Amino acid sequence: MAVKLMTSKEVTKKVIKKEELFILDVRNQNDFNDWKIEGEKFEYLNIPYFELLDGVEGILNQLPNDKEILVVCAKEGSSVMVAEMLSEYGVSVSYLQGGMKAWSEYLEPIKVGDLVNGGELYQFVRIGKGCLSYMLVSNGEAAIIDATRMTDVYIDFARDINAKIVHIFDTHLHADHISGGRKIAELTGATYWLPPKDATEVTFSYNPLENNNQIMIGNTTLSIQALYSPGHTIGSTSFIVDEQYLLSGDILFIDSIGRPDLAGLAEDWVGDLRETLYRRYKELSHELIVLPAHFMVISELNEDGSVSEKLGTLFENNHGLNLSNEYEFNKLVTENLPPQPNSYQEIRETNMGKVTPDIEKQREMEIGPNRCAVR
Amino acid sequence: MNIAKFLDAKGLACPMPIVRTKKAMTELQVGEILEIHVTDKGAKNDLAAWSKSGGHELLKVEEENDLLKFWIKKG
Repeated sequence: MAVKLMTSKEVTKKVIKKEELFILDVRNQNDFNDWKIEGEKFEYLNIPYFELLDGVEGILNQLPNDKEILVVCAKEGSSVMVAEMLSEYGVSVSYLQGGMKAWSEYLEPIKVGDLVNGGELYQFVRIGKGCLSYMLVSNGEAAIIDATRMTDVYIDFARDINAKIVHIFDTHLHADHISGGRKIAELTGATYWLPPKDATEVTFSYNPLENNNQIMIGNTTLSIQALYSPGHTIGSTSFIVDEQYLLSGDILFIDSIGRPDLAGLAEDWVGDLRETLYRRYKELSHELIVLPAHFMVISELNEDGSVSEKLGTLFENNHGLNLSNEYEFNKLVTENLPPQPNSYQEIRETNMGKVTPDIEKQREMEIGPNRCAVR
Repeated sequence: MNIAKFLDAKGLACPMPIVRTKKAMTELQVGEILEIHVTDKGAKNDLAAWSKSGGHELLKVEEENDLLKFWIKKG
């Protein structure tokens, strides 16, 4: 029986449509426990490929015969081997093209809405890692917010919709993924913006993102307002687009809030974080649609796969926004922190331009889930 | 260290480093040591996990730029 190939895009569709899938993950146990393909109706079996070299007979009875089976490994090679061994026993299986490496890099563009003056807003969902980035389009011009290092995706997407990329923003100096912002700016001639308080050590020139910047995209002034919102980093900035959308960076997520420790200053910044979330954000219209820079768990995805929620709803339901006691809040964001993201210091230095790792090294630095939230 | 066998797995991608290591190991006696050179970064975790699951002892790992060296004692 022939072995089939499944792409990251096809797996993403199954995640969004909440379809069933049986994943045979043949990476070793530590890697599987640390990070895997998440889907609400996905089932898993983790057997390292090296335990199957003598044959797959031993696991045949652990595989379902009424579900699609996908074999997954780190880079593809071992999943092809195991899939072929299984197919010799008549089991119908697919392998994930490019393995977890490709899964980590896949971006699904989803339109989140129309803008008042005829523009459009797209969210790029990095489904395997939880990073969210954005493209605003108006009258043939585009702006990108929190781009990942997969720069081709944005450049190709803009070209396909006949938009010229003119502005690129990073809401803060990222610690969990390598920014593609600077590279896209170099390739397209667009202006690159960064909050100056996060940029004290950067080795490149940038446009300072400061309060009340009004930036023209297309023929319309899109009311992008930089809203200084320290907490996650000292320079963390959020944007209000078109008085409809709040791009909250890593400050506020759907069911969690930003962690203040990735630049090493949890105790110093916890007060700023609380001030931003409990006072600055509270003064904003609760009708704003919050568009964060990450999602944490797959259940945060909307029906169409996008990630967004009304600010008012978050004030009602987000655990991190409902800690009335300041002591409890401080305890949550300073003591109850998840493990730090893989290579986060090296990623910060890369984003500062201090080091320039090659592409393989960049992939390795970014492998694993994002962990920039506390809950 | 007394090396009974040397395996050059440089340039091979997963799963081949483990496939070759497993084969080389079958040619050794219990207690003998296999030295392996690999360039596939994924082999670092995989060889450690494979040694453990097979009852072998991973004695030493060295990293020189892109080259990974392993010494495994057959168990």
